[in-house]
Amino acid sequence: METLYSSMLSIVKLILSGDKALYEIILLSLKVSIAATTIGMLLGIPFGTLMGMYRFPGRQVVVIIIYTLMGLPPVLAGVIIYLLLSAKGPLGELQLLFTPTAMVTAQVLLVTPIITGLTMVAVRGKEKLYLETAVSMGASRLQAAWLVIREAKAGIMAAIVTAFGRAIAEVGAVMLVGGNIEHVTRVMTTSIILETRKGNFDLALSLGLVLLAISFMINGFLVAGVLKYLQRGEQY
Amino acid sequence: MVPAFSLNGVIVEFNNQPVLDIGELVFDDRIIHAVIGPSGAGKSTLLRVLNMLQKPTQGSVTYFGNPLPYNGANSLAARRSMSMVFQTPAMFSGNVYDNVALGLRLRDVKTKEVRAKVFQALETVGLTDLTKRSAATLSGGEAQRIALARALVVNPRVLLLDEPTANLDPGNVTIIEDVIKRIPHETGITIIIVTHNLYQAKRLSQQAVFLNKGKIVESSSTDEIFNNPKAQETKLFVSGEMVY
Repeated sequence: METLYSSMLSIVKLILSGDKALYEIILLSLKVSIAATTIGMLLGIPFGTLMGMYRFPGRQVVVIIIYTLMGLPPVLAGVIIYLLLSAKGPLGELQLLFTPTAMVTAQVLLVTPIITGLTMVAVRGKEKLYLETAVSMGASRLQAAWLVIREAKAGIMAAIVTAFGRAIAEVGAVMLVGGNIEHVTRVMTTSIILETRKGNFDLALSLGLVLLAISFMINGFLVAGVLKYLQRGEQY
Repeated sequence: MVPAFSLNGVIVEFNNQPVLDIGELVFDDRIIHAVIGPSGAGKSTLLRVLNMLQKPTQGSVTYFGNPLPYNGANSLAARRSMSMVFQTPAMFSGNVYDNVALGLRLRDVKTKEVRAKVFQALETVGLTDLTKRSAATLSGGEAQRIALARALVVNPRVLLLDEPTANLDPGNVTIIEDVIKRIPHETGITIIIVTHNLYQAKRLSQQAVFLNKGKIVESSSTDEIFNNPKAQETKLFVSGEMVY
């Protein structure tokens, strides 16, 4: 209890101190997580929509693979990207290991299946009701897909929120491919590990609570945005 | 006059089992047709075939003299010339106005024109006061009338209605039937209504098709079907004695 109380005090002090290193770490955490989630959205939403809307031979196998990858251990994702980007790896020439780009790549591998799988479920839930209505109203294939996505937006938004949550809280993969290098690849989660190992539990807990607060704010914005969108009626 | 639809040897199978087997059937233009029959007779499947939502396993369908293009470049144009109202209407998120305007927006109709046409369609179904109401809050009867307005707003050549008044209160049934009766006179379109309500078929249609177990039992004028049926099955069905 005493540790928690002193942590709360430390958070306030930490945030008010204007510590450049802290803001650098927070900013990099946000940049990496937002970039990974955005790329995951660009890949996962169209793929999940197609999976939710169309039946084809072998679809079930693809669905099982997606569900399996949704639970991909972060450390395994980290090892895969590490091996690809290491000096002797197939992409070693790009010299991306221990850079924020490598961290984003590892996180994309983690969040894309989540966005794909949850989008697929959200679209499938709406597809039966809305796809035929849209088509019978004269929608082209693309227009019909867009209308189904629009109806499934609450589920898709949940997918994005879940993916962002996984990205910002992830430590195993970013530690492996980022290396926790000060001023280069140090993010909130890797800092927490470092401070814990050094015995600075107050600071570690403070950083953890700051991470939680940031996550709360971003999710708040996302949820508020969705609610506003759901209640919106187009003006005429 | 070229018929709206002409079906020849149409068979629809699900899991290798035929659910619809139509030898020959013609839907003349500019009148109201009723498709009647017991549950599971293939009435809705027939409507889905006409609306291109279901491609027949075998056979051909012509639409105003041309083959109905289930795939390819012409399919969108053909689909956009007809409208369908489902038994349970799916309302898209947004308000009533957005829902009625959707078909026009999909066809890139100019905003000014959209507004005029939406209000005209809402006036037809008597719901101009609901424009700003969220579509999610509509009652069953209101939603079905909005679905009808949504179908009419695009000026279709053919209107397909799948049990449009099932489970509705008598007030809404009367309003919807009045609109359906008026449309061919005002717009000259063809209406095909699937219904298991025999009185409704009698009240609305000029031609009727009686389907049972996926096959046509009888097809002729509504008067003939109800007052002078040829087949024994039809006699039993229209007299309410058929057990199914």
